[in-house]
Amino acid sequence: MLELLLKKISKMNRLLILGVGLLFVSVYFLPIWHISLDAPQYPEGLGMKIWIDKITGSSTYDLQNINLLNHYIGMHEIVSESVPELLFMPYVLGFLIFGAFVTFLHPKVYLVILGILNIVILGILGMYDFWRWEYNYGHNLNPEAPIIVPGMAYQPPLLGCKEMLNITACSFPSWGGIILFVSLGILALIVWNEKRRMDVSK
Amino acid sequence: MVLIGLGFGCKNGAATAALASDAAKRVYVAPGEKDEVYAFLSGGFSGQMSVYGIPSTRLFKIIPVFSVFPENGYGYDEETKNMLKTSHGYVPWDDSHHIEASMTDGKQDGRWLFLNANNTPRLARIDLRSFETKEIIEIPNSAGNHASPFATENTEYLMAATRFSVPIPQASIPIENFSKGDFKGTVSMVKVDPKSGRLSIELQILVPGFDYDLSHCGKGKSHDWCFFTSYNSEQAYKMIEVGASKNDKDYILAFNWVRAKQCLDQGKASNFGGEYYRNYLPENQPAISEKLSGVKMLQPKDCPGVMYYMPTPKSPHGTDVDPTGEYIVGGGKLATVIPVHSFSKLMEVKDKPEHRSGMIMDIPILKYESTLAGEVKKPCLGPLHTEFDGKGYAYTSCFVSSEVVKWELGTWEVEQHLPAYYSVGHLSIVGGSSKEPYGKYLIALNKITKDRYLPVGMELPQSAQLYDISGGKAELLSDFPTVGEPHYSQMIPAKLLMDKAAKIYPLEENKHPYAIKNEKDARVVREGNTVRVYMTQIRSHFKPDTIEVRSGDTVFFHVTNLEQDYDIPHGFAVGGAPEMPNLLIMPGQTRTFKWKAPKPGIYPFYCTDFCSALHQEMQQYIRVLP
Ligand SMILES: [Cu+2]
Repeated sequence: MLELLLKKISKMNRLLILGVGLLFVSVYFLPIWHISLDAPQYPEGLGMKIWIDKITGSSTYDLQNINLLNHYIGMHEIVSESVPELLFMPYVLGFLIFGAFVTFLHPKVYLVILGILNIVILGILGMYDFWRWEYNYGHNLNPEAPIIVPGMAYQPPLLGCKEMLNITACSFPSWGGIILFVSLGILALIVWNEKRRMDVSK
Repeated sequence: MVLIGLGFGCKNGAATAALASDAAKRVYVAPGEKDEVYAFLSGGFSGQMSVYGIPSTRLFKIIPVFSVFPENGYGYDEETKNMLKTSHGYVPWDDSHHIEASMTDGKQDGRWLFLNANNTPRLARIDLRSFETKEIIEIPNSAGNHASPFATENTEYLMAATRFSVPIPQASIPIENFSKGDFKGTVSMVKVDPKSGRLSIELQILVPGFDYDLSHCGKGKSHDWCFFTSYNSEQAYKMIEVGASKNDKDYILAFNWVRAKQCLDQGKASNFGGEYYRNYLPENQPAISEKLSGVKMLQPKDCPGVMYYMPTPKSPHGTDVDPTGEYIVGGGKLATVIPVHSFSKLMEVKDKPEHRSGMIMDIPILKYESTLAGEVKKPCLGPLHTEFDGKGYAYTSCFVSSEVVKWELGTWEVEQHLPAYYSVGHLSIVGGSSKEPYGKYLIALNKITKDRYLPVGMELPQSAQLYDISGGKAELLSDFPTVGEPHYSQMIPAKLLMDKAAKIYPLEENKHPYAIKNEKDARVVREGNTVRVYMTQIRSHFKPDTIEVRSGDTVFFHVTNLEQDYDIPHGFAVGGAPEMPNLLIMPGQTRTFKWKAPKPGIYPFYCTDFCSALHQEMQQYIRVLP
């Protein structure tokens, strides 16, 4: 095991690591997650995108219109400023990119595994945080809201689709999220590949 | 009329029913599906324009142009009331006849529509992104702006000619002097800015005192020319019905506008009087009304080659140029033939003395036969207006015999008689006056309805009819009642307009001087006896929501709709406001409701356009203090 951890990774895999690092840079410019709302009276659909540092509507005025819809049920207004996590998320991503470059310069399997652990831990924390926000938005309703449906909460799904009154809310990773998942896969493949090469060379 | 019955006499019941159900399928647009064509119909004496979908013939919208519209406050609010200013003062109604679509290279380009006001000479530009009237220009030195607004091939100019000749400049002279030539007409060249669409009067030409009726401009080889029909060449001024119907031929005036512009540039036009207004509605701002005075006036004698008269039987109405630009079809209201002039022949003979029969005001009169390409013999009674299908056929409406006649260009043979219900005036084929007709649908715009719909009192709805002209024989598909008199129409393929229709006014671009873009800025400001309420609307409330003013104050509610969602206008109305009706304020728009605070009391105001689940709660109060 120690032998594998300390093993120097192949030139090819080293370049792949560099590729993953560069791929991560694109996550600054791509939405990570996408929530869409479908309802008969919104034939063009409504949606919001979660980026590394902000929340926006799928099109220019969607967020304003989602908030207008939500105000009937007393949901807090969704604005980037109310999510402090968005302030330090860019640095977390920067740390992962930095890790990729360190691994490129110091190409050892243990660093790749460390990378995987980092992404998994950050991913789990991120998803938990996302779920917590969704829970709070969906449950912490203004008691003076015009429309109160007894027992109704409006928490959107973490992943997948869910019916809420007449609205179908769907939540899926967007390009940035897909890149993070794919990168995780690439790193796992690299470790698997290194293990196989070690086994073969024995 | 024997002609009317042709081809319709002996259908058995079953065949007719099968035909009807087939026609129903062809006009049926399923829920959620869109129509294929926009039809814009002028409203005649309603002064408005309405928008229908074809083939369903569903009414989508009434666009207010020359008449006030209490439904949305057009002509009443501080933003649009200046649109109806004229040199005669505020004129809140007009008689709107002809719609012209803007063209590039002779083809519809979907940017603007233009509409004339016949009664108080004016011309309007309607923007086809917002489907709103954006500019109205008054035509000075004109009485009855009927032969208007017909566009040149690239919408360089719109033509506007006088229907009622009068003394120009105006003077109180004996009416008998009409027949002595003291009454005149004018042809106006209204320039259209190619980028902004802004209108300006570039030149007027003084013409003999006939009644100028309709016009169409050339295309392709006849690009430089426009053709105007005239009636009452007799210059009768009493019992015109008889007096103006004496001559066997009246005239089509062939006008070389490129030559006229040349003469203008050479300084041959002189300064002439005439006061007029130009009213322009910038995007989401109050209309800007300018009073202008004076035009450049050209006399035909100072500009040889600018005009020729082509005799045309008999009180011609339509003057329609075919898609190739070669044929000019005259429609003589009292004629028994459809005369077709040839543009090439006109060019060949116009300056040869042997082809002339006289001069009026230095305008040469050419001989009828010299420019004639052919005549459609005995087509119908009262041929009026001809449109083209782009496949070599022409369709002419016939008022007296109440039918549409299909005939072939070149052979001048009648192919088909289509009955119309009843008394068809103008007709319209999609793009039928352009270089590239989209010859699938034809509508006939009728004057009389009689038995077509359930009776609704003495005044029946006016009516239009839809025909399919895509096959060999044209077929009646349906008929539909219209708003006002469906005087004239332009039909435009939906694909040219539907995707660029504006959905909202972006708030960040709102430059209205009294706009506020945030509820936090909502406030009431007193300036002496004037109170300005900077108000916002968003589902489902106003800010500020309770207001206090003093009796006698002039209150301006500057209301901004903060919504940025398609189809979420809000309304604004105050109980008992005598001078201002409702306002409809589009998303991102600011409009102003002016209110004289009445005697002390509590006055409600509310949103009139059902906007949300809490629309009914979108209401508040103004307290008027003593
Ligand atoms: Cu409302």
